Amino acid sequence: MAKYEKILFKNMEQPGYVGSLKEYEHLGGYQALRTVFAGMAPADIIETVKQSGLRGRGGAGFPTGVKWSFIPKDHPGPKYLCCNADESEPGTFKDRQLMERDPHQVLEGMAITCYTIGAETAYIYIRGEFWLGAQILERAIEDAKQAGYLGSDVLGSGKTINIYVHRGAGAYICGEETALLESLEGKRGKPRFKPPFPATHGLYQKPTVVNNVETLANIPHIMNRGAEWFAAIGEPPKGSGTRIFCLSGHVKRPGNYEVPMGVTFREMIYEVGGGMRSNTPLKAFIPGGASAPFLTPEHLDVKMDFESVAKAGSMLGSGGITVMEEGTNMVWAALRLMEFFYHESCGKCTPCREGSSWLVQTMQRIWRREGRTSDLDLLLDLCKSIEGRTVCAFGEAEVSPIVSTMRHWRSEYEELIREAEASRPNSKQEIPVLSQA
Amino acid sequence: MIFDKLKDEVEKLLSRYPVKRSALLPLLYIAQREEGYVSEPAMKEIAMLLDLTPSQVYETVTFYSMYNLKPIGKYHIQVCRSLMCALVGSDNVVEWIHKKLEITPGQTSSDKNFTLSVVECLGSCGTGPMMQVNDDYYERLTEEKVGHILDELKQKGSSSMKSGPFMFPQLAK
Repeated sequence: MAKYEKILFKNMEQPGYVGSLKEYEHLGGYQALRTVFAGMAPADIIETVKQSGLRGRGGAGFPTGVKWSFIPKDHPGPKYLCCNADESEPGTFKDRQLMERDPHQVLEGMAITCYTIGAETAYIYIRGEFWLGAQILERAIEDAKQAGYLGSDVLGSGKTINIYVHRGAGAYICGEETALLESLEGKRGKPRFKPPFPATHGLYQKPTVVNNVETLANIPHIMNRGAEWFAAIGEPPKGSGTRIFCLSGHVKRPGNYEVPMGVTFREMIYEVGGGMRSNTPLKAFIPGGASAPFLTPEHLDVKMDFESVAKAGSMLGSGGITVMEEGTNMVWAALRLMEFFYHESCGKCTPCREGSSWLVQTMQRIWRREGRTSDLDLLLDLCKSIEGRTVCAFGEAEVSPIVSTMRHWRSEYEELIREAEASRPNSKQEIPVLSQA
Repeated sequence: MIFDKLKDEVEKLLSRYPVKRSALLPLLYIAQREEGYVSEPAMKEIAMLLDLTPSQVYETVTFYSMYNLKPIGKYHIQVCRSLMCALVGSDNVVEWIHKKLEITPGQTSSDKNFTLSVVECLGSCGTGPMMQVNDDYYERLTEEKVGHILDELKQKGSSSMKSGPFMFPQLAK
C-alpha cells in the first residue's frame, strides 16, 4: 500500500492527545468555522461539499452536498441537524472513537453544517450504551460554548447554534434516519414511510438533515483544504477521501483503520490487519456491517469503494469488516446474525416482523439438526417475501446473511439437514416442535 | 415522587426541546438512575410532566431494551452475544460468569449484587469479547480478567479495568 495522509485520525494519533479544546485549536481546529463565519455563502459551501465527492459514511453512501441542497432555503421557522451517532450496525465501532477521542472535530463539522442549512439547533443522537461518549461530548459542547464556537452568538456573528446530546436506549433500528427522528421525538423508534423525506418533513415535521458522525467530521477538513484536495484522495469518483474501516473477527490486529477509499480487502485484511489470527485460511468476510451480504476469498481483490463492492454483490455499508476463518460454520454465523435481526425488528411491517421470527425458528431447527429438506426452499421463499416489502431497508438487511451464505455455502445447510434426516426414524411423519426464539 | 427534588435537572432537559415529549427518553433514564429501574409510579409522574398519558409512556418504554421494568441487581452485567463477539468467544464469557457467580442469563445473584443478561451488539466488535456493567465497558475479556472485574466490583464498588476513551489499536508506546 502506498503512503497516505490520515485526515480524521491525524489529531488523535499525536502522542498524548486527549481531544481537549486547547489541543484541537492548537492543531488548527475551528479555523474552518472561522472561515465560514467570515461570510461564506451557504450555497458556496454546499457546492464545495458536492465537488469534494463526499458521500455519507453511515451506510447508504448518499452524496452529502446533494443531501444538504434538498433543504428548502426560504423555509420560515426552524430547521434541524441531527448527527447520527447511533452506531448500531454490528461490526462497526468507528464513531465511538471519533467522539471519544476528538469530539471537537465532530462539533466543528456540525456547526458548519448548521450554518450551511440554516439550523439553530442540532442534536447528537448517540446510542444509549455509549455513556462515556455522551459525557465527553457534553463536556466538549460546554467548552466550545465558553469559547464562542457554539451558543447564542457564534464568533460574534449574532447567529445561534446549540448542540444537544440525546441518548438512545438500545434499539438498532434507531440508526435508520426516520426511526431516529421518531425516537428523538420521544416515541417508539419505528421508521417512517418515505417520501416525504427528512429534508422537508424531518424532526417535528421540519426540514432536517441527518448525517453520520464520520461524515460530519470530514467537513472541517474539506472547508480548510478545498474540494479538489479531498476529491483527489482515494478512488474518485467512486469514493473520495479516506474511510475508517473497522476490522473484527478472526484477524490478527482488529481495530479501526483510516485508509483511502479504494484499497482492496486483501490489503486491508492482510497488510493493515496483519492477516488471519491463527494463520488458518480465510473462509468468509462481511464487507460492510451485518447488513452486507457475505463475500468469499475470491472477492479479496475487490476495491473498497461503494461501486466496486456493490458490483461484487454486497455493499460497503458502514465500513465494518468481519473476518471468518476456515472452520467457522456458515449456518451458525448466519443464525447468529438472524437472531440479532429478529431481536431488533421494530415490528412495524408484517413481512419483517413475522418473517424474522419464522426465519430464526427455521434456522434454529436446522442448526439443532432437526431441519427438513424443504426448509432450504422455505428459507429462500421467506427471504423473497420480506425483501423489498418493508418501509425501511431492514428487510433487505435481515435476509442478506441467509441469502448470501446459502449462495456460497449451500452444502453446509444440506449437511446439517442430512444429519437431521439420518437421525430421524421416520422422516415422513416427524415434524419437529418449534421452540420460541 | 422522584422528580420533585430534581426540578432544575428536569427544567434544563425540557429547555432543550421545542416539543416536551422529546424529553421522554432522558426522563426515563433519570427515573432508572434514581430507583434502579423504571417503576409504574415513575412512568405516571413522567406522563404528568410531559402532558402525556401513562400508556403513551409505557408504549415507548417497552420499545427500548435499556430500561429495566423490574428491580435488578446492583451491577447489571450485559454480555454481547452477536456474531462479531461470538467469533472471538463471547459464549465463554457467559460460562465464566456462570462459574464465578452461579447465575445464568436472566438471573440475579442471591446477594442481589449481580444480574446477568446476554444482549445484542454493543458496538465494540474489534475488542471482543466484551461486556457492559452498568455504564461501563469492559473489553478484550479473558477468564482471569472477568474474575478480577467481578471481585473488584463486589469489594470496591468499581473496577480499574473499565474502558476509557476508546482507541483501538492503541498507539505504540
